Amino acid sequence: MAKPENELTWEDIDIGAIVTEPGSARAYRTGFWRSQRPTYDFRKCIKCGICAMYCPEGCIGQNKEAFFEADLYWCKGCGVCARECPTRVISMVEEEE
Amino acid sequence: MAAKTAVEGIEVSIGISEAVGLADADVIAAYPITPQTHIVEHLAEMVAEGELDAEFIPVESEHSAMSACLGSSAAGARTFTATAGQGLELMHEVLYVASSMQLPIVMAVANRALSSPLSVWGDHSDMMSVRDTGWIQIVVENGQEAVDNIICSFRIAEDKRVLLPVMMHVDGFYLTHVIEPIALPDRELVKKFLPPNRFPLPLNPDHPVTMGDFAPPVVYTEAKWAQEVNLRNSQKIIEEVWGEFHKVFGRKYSPVEKYRTDNARVLLFTMGSFSETAMEAVDKMQGEGRDIGLVRLRLWRPFPFAEFREAVKDADVLIVLDRAISFGGPGGAVCSEIKAALYDEPRKPKIVSIIGGLGGRDITVAGFEEIIERGIQVAATGSKNEYEIYGVRE
Repeated sequence: MAKPENELTWEDIDIGAIVTEPGSARAYRTGFWRSQRPTYDFRKCIKCGICAMYCPEGCIGQNKEAFFEADLYWCKGCGVCARECPTRVISMVEEEE
Repeated sequence: MAAKTAVEGIEVSIGISEAVGLADADVIAAYPITPQTHIVEHLAEMVAEGELDAEFIPVESEHSAMSACLGSSAAGARTFTATAGQGLELMHEVLYVASSMQLPIVMAVANRALSSPLSVWGDHSDMMSVRDTGWIQIVVENGQEAVDNIICSFRIAEDKRVLLPVMMHVDGFYLTHVIEPIALPDRELVKKFLPPNRFPLPLNPDHPVTMGDFAPPVVYTEAKWAQEVNLRNSQKIIEEVWGEFHKVFGRKYSPVEKYRTDNARVLLFTMGSFSETAMEAVDKMQGEGRDIGLVRLRLWRPFPFAEFREAVKDADVLIVLDRAISFGGPGGAVCSEIKAALYDEPRKPKIVSIIGGLGGRDITVAGFEEIIERGIQVAATGSKNEYEIYGVRE
């Protein structure tokens, strides 16, 4: 989008609020919704990628060491990855901590 | 020079279908419901007989009818549907989507009472239930107006400065099922008056867009305000289209129409087909030396505040007839709006809310005289109720 959402005025809204450029969902920071955050013990990780397949947000990718890790810009903290990980790499912790 | 065309006796529903044909609609998606049935039956026949080159989508419900209309209108097709009463209720949520997505769909609503008890007959309960859906809403009072306003509605809806769906309210049975003298506009003139529909951002795989997208709190208010400003601004284009229609076809329409209001101290206010009966009552009472006039609303949304205030500014009493109950509320929905519209005026008439003509109950000329007499009495003495109901047996 030409402008970030919080700078759009009503006059910037296109006909019928139609979105003409791709990628607007990518800019939307769903990570704000999170109350729990995934933490990782990568010593146990076998790089199977099951967490990435189950992630409903599609926000899990491989980091520099090729371990699978959620991008906290989008991660909503649902905990599905922690539940599905076969080697218990991931634990969810409260955001306040 | 306005074009002259032959006047024939035509059932109003058939006239509406013929007008949709003259407008060369591309898609009709509709589900039959009394008293709208003849409109869509005749359109189905026109398509089947090859008289109208359009897709007729026989859907399984009104919710699907309006949903199909969204799709076809979004693809840039000139789209028509019609419904009534319960059918309008069933498409309710989709109506908001059509206006918010600015899709120029035209719909005729054959106004009908709502169940229960079951009534297929006319009143304005269905019209009032869709008041806030964001559609432009035109209310017609006879067959000729219905035919003319179908053609105007497409032109208004598709205007680049508007791009909004238009609902045309036509009283069920009182209009839909009567044969009236109607001049069907000349096909070539309609073609010139109504240019092809060019929706600016249609669904097109080569230029993908996202319609009806998710809007988080940070942008929803801006989207709604843009919609509201657009609907309010549409009034000047509606008037422009009616003005142009007058030049080409010789018949004039205005947001607020006055009948014998000069020097009238008491005004009656109506919408729809009952207005013509009310005119007869006004004629009769003026003949007896009474200072009674009539104001009718043609444009219900956007509400023409300035024209309305101007029309009633010299009256002492304004009697508003609503044909739907706002249960547990302050009176008829139309009268509530009128009271709100006049509240801040330094000089305003006494306003009396009367509800009548429910579920096909007729109001005759004598009935309108009674309503006016009762209204004058209530204006002078006040009422123990928030509003008066006309014709209920006690």
